[in-house]
Amino acid sequence: MMGHLILRVTIKILFAPIILFALYVQFHGDYGPGGGFQAGVIFAVAFILHVLGFGLEETKKVLPPKVLPWLMAMGVLFYAGTGLLTLFLGGNYLDYDVIQPTSHHHAGQHIGILLVEFGVGLAVASTMLTIFYHFAGRVPEISDEDW
Amino acid sequence: MIHFPGLEHLPALPVIIPLIAAPFTIVMRPGRTPWLWATLVSWVTFACTLLLLEVVWHGGPTEYKMGGWAAPLGITYYIDLANALVMMLVAAMAAVVFPYAYFSVKSEIARAQSPAFYTAMIICLTGLLGVAATGDAFNVFVFLEISSLSTYALVAMGARRDRRALTAAFNYLVMGTIGATFYVIGLGLLYQATGTLNMLDLHERLAGQDNKVVEAGFAFIVTGIGLKLAMVPLHLWLPNAYGFAPSAVTAFLAATATKVQIYLMVRFIYTVFGFEFPFLEVALNAFLILGIVGMFYASFVAVFRDNVKQMLAYSSVAQIGYMLLGISFGTVDGLTASFVHIFNHALIKAALFMGVGCVVLRIGSSQLTAFRGLARRMPWTTWALVLSGLSLIGVPPTVGFISKFKLMEAAFQTTTLIPPLLVVLLIGASSLLAAVYVGRLIYTMVLEQPPENAPAIKEAPHAMRVALWIMVIANIYFFFFTDLTVGVATQAAEALMCSQAGCGGAY
Repeated sequence: MMGHLILRVTIKILFAPIILFALYVQFHGDYGPGGGFQAGVIFAVAFILHVLGFGLEETKKVLPPKVLPWLMAMGVLFYAGTGLLTLFLGGNYLDYDVIQPTSHHHAGQHIGILLVEFGVGLAVASTMLTIFYHFAGRVPEISDEDW
Repeated sequence: MIHFPGLEHLPALPVIIPLIAAPFTIVMRPGRTPWLWATLVSWVTFACTLLLLEVVWHGGPTEYKMGGWAAPLGITYYIDLANALVMMLVAAMAAVVFPYAYFSVKSEIARAQSPAFYTAMIICLTGLLGVAATGDAFNVFVFLEISSLSTYALVAMGARRDRRALTAAFNYLVMGTIGATFYVIGLGLLYQATGTLNMLDLHERLAGQDNKVVEAGFAFIVTGIGLKLAMVPLHLWLPNAYGFAPSAVTAFLAATATKVQIYLMVRFIYTVFGFEFPFLEVALNAFLILGIVGMFYASFVAVFRDNVKQMLAYSSVAQIGYMLLGISFGTVDGLTASFVHIFNHALIKAALFMGVGCVVLRIGSSQLTAFRGLARRMPWTTWALVLSGLSLIGVPPTVGFISKFKLMEAAFQTTTLIPPLLVVLLIGASSLLAAVYVGRLIYTMVLEQPPENAPAIKEAPHAMRVALWIMVIANIYFFFFTDLTVGVATQAAEALMCSQAGCGGAY
């Protein structure tokens, strides 16, 4: 128990900054390097670290695996839905300009890409976690009959 | 012409509709709902692609700017007859296979997995349609990965019946990834040489370029797509992937996945590189030889397979040989023959694999022994299999005959490495091999007695039988009415070749 102490305290300290960094990469993505993919992975890393330190069951209490498919679906829907929104507003698919047509500095483009990247981030983070949950929670042995 | 509001978005709709439908599927309750939803989506998508084909057929190629960004900077969807035909075909296969899938999936896939299964099917559909629709070479890669990744998952879902599906899926994953990577490497080299990724723009900027970078790019792209479409020495992933995947998946993939890749190969050879490209002849000669080798080798292997699914999978590899042969002629007729065969072979293989799926559902095996005396036990399925089997050989009045006829006609008028008459004879000879393995199946089903202690079994459920017979009837219908297949294919081929002479038109 005590052997894990340093690890666990470190993970607890790192947990919040990692998520904060994920959010930074996420929302800074349209100005600099970054964006939904990277942010999603970093976000998931915080939870993966939590699993490594505290065990799968503890993390599942924080973020139940049941929620993840919904988050994945929502992520894709944010992306596709933004496209649909611009379609209904009269533009082409993903033509963000129509979100704020009167803006002189392309506010629509910013809003559009933020929404899309948020969707990407959500989908990537939840997919990473789903994959990790499945690998970590896998029953290790395959009995001879299965082959 | 009919005018709907929003018709200007039509080129993008077949991709967008399944993309938006997929996330809803994953959160549905297991069981019937995801299937109903997937079926609905496939029908709506099919309607869109039909409308799109109609629009392109009458109004010429259409373009759609994603996000309002014009080419070559933005991603544009550029639909001419070749795309429209392939998209229509893919959506049509989905519209028939998805309704068919219910009972088959119910017996082969765990109930809890059914939402994931149908989600993967819809995403696979999205990817295949996207590859066909887009006019941006990198976008092709993205959609290629979307369809491939979902395909790996779908193949692996066959593991509930047979654990070997897992190794088949992993094998496919590795080979498919190598193929996709080769494609991207090739694309990277072309990007380095031209600074653009738009297919039309690539063609313009590649004109007159003849250097090692472009040649290497060409080689990587052709090999990469060749891996994805199971060109003969690169076909090893296909028989197991098709053999161990759930029946509905096999039927859908056999009818669509490799067809889209063939289309992509044609697109790259004729639209992006074009005839002036000096290196092209090497590839065409390679297709000629590999096509013929494939026709014989794969048919020969198919004769000795005892698992009907694998037999038909090898036959698919052989049929890809015919399509490559058509491309290798480098003539309008040859290309037409390829497109016609893409369409017809999709009908044939969908029908055959759906028939096998019915047998797997009722008897629980796709070994040849399970088919013994099937004519008495499942007459509807048997005769559907017989008719589509004859179509595979190329017996009139079925679509297989049209394909072979067109291909032979094209072969007569070409000058290739191999004398035309010999090519024609080889096509005929490989059809005989097809007659052998189909004959073996028909003999087992019709002339052999069912096993002594065989339990009485019911015919396949109505939904499956209706979908199966729709395909069989399509196999006969398109023999008599070739406007859609030969007509569209000829125009598509002319448009593709025409761009070489610079006479405008599509691309």
